[in-house]
Amino acid sequence: MIEQLGDSWNYIIVIILMMTGLFIVIARTNLIKKLIGLSIFQTSVFLFYISLGKVAGGTAPILNGNPGTLYSNPLPHVLILTAIVVGVATTALGLALILRINEAFGSIEEDEIIAAKLNQSLARPRRPLDEASE
Amino acid sequence: MISLFVDVFLLVLLVLIAVMVVRTCNLYAVIVMSGAYSLTSAAIFVNLDAVDVAFTEAAVGAGISTILFLAVMAYVPADEKPSLNRNVLAGFICIGAGALLLLAVADLPSFGDPMSQVHQHVAPRYLAESGSALHIPNVVTTVLASYRGFDTLGETIVVFTAGLGVLMLLAGTTRTHRMAKKTGKKTASGVSKRVSKVLPKSTGKKV
Repeated sequence: MIEQLGDSWNYIIVIILMMTGLFIVIARTNLIKKLIGLSIFQTSVFLFYISLGKVAGGTAPILNGNPGTLYSNPLPHVLILTAIVVGVATTALGLALILRINEAFGSIEEDEIIAAKLNQSLARPRRPLDEASE
Repeated sequence: MISLFVDVFLLVLLVLIAVMVVRTCNLYAVIVMSGAYSLTSAAIFVNLDAVDVAFTEAAVGAGISTILFLAVMAYVPADEKPSLNRNVLAGFICIGAGALLLLAVADLPSFGDPMSQVHQHVAPRYLAESGSALHIPNVVTTVLASYRGFDTLGETIVVFTAGLGVLMLLAGTTRTHRMAKKTGKKTASGVSKRVSKVLPKSTGKKV
């Protein structure tokens, strides 16, 4: 039973984490919370790749000169290294956008921003900036 | 066998942290929990032989991301407001998508299978040749910098573009601030001034 579950345990947890991240992105209106949901989703994809790269009984892919050693697959590791760095770059961009949105609308809640946009007069686009300080 | 138990324990911990993130409304707590989430996943990466990924995740995911989030928290409200009631709809979508993905799990190679397709393509060549061809023991480094160097170039371009984007977005705040100063109006000036001072520095570290 445990052996059988061990075969796909990682994949099942990855799917649960992925759906938790997706749930946060859809159900929560706070923009910071949405970004954190995205990063949970992202990390679950990393886990999926690394799980696929694991070889049972293998070791980290650092050559030790011993020809009989079994190594895990280095390719998924390389892809995920790239993905982690790109992930933090996009997070930083998202956070900068949140700062600008907060300055323009005085809120980081999605429903309040939509309401503020509806009230915004087209003739005076700078108006919300002044409201933000009050 | 021990490795499997560690794996199971850490993955359950990861799910618990994710559920706590959903249920917590204080954003500071949420951010610290997301740091803990990254650190736990780094521990799982060590257990799955991905040591390079583990230390990148610990430094970048748990370190820099958390600092960036905390820097932004200086300017936004600390508590999430009770949101629209979209939980049922979102729950349906997530459970539906999750069920479809679980069906697909049956077709995946079983965990740790050395004969799976993933391990038959270019990886054996990397492992066999890179030692004698490039004399670097760490195969991940070799593949990253040599065999797949163009990937890394692309990554650098993406990070550069994101850095430019962040700088332009935050430079906009200083311009607004200056314009507001010229017209003598009182705006969210204190905020925009501090934003432009603090953030380029903290994002600069990442690049």
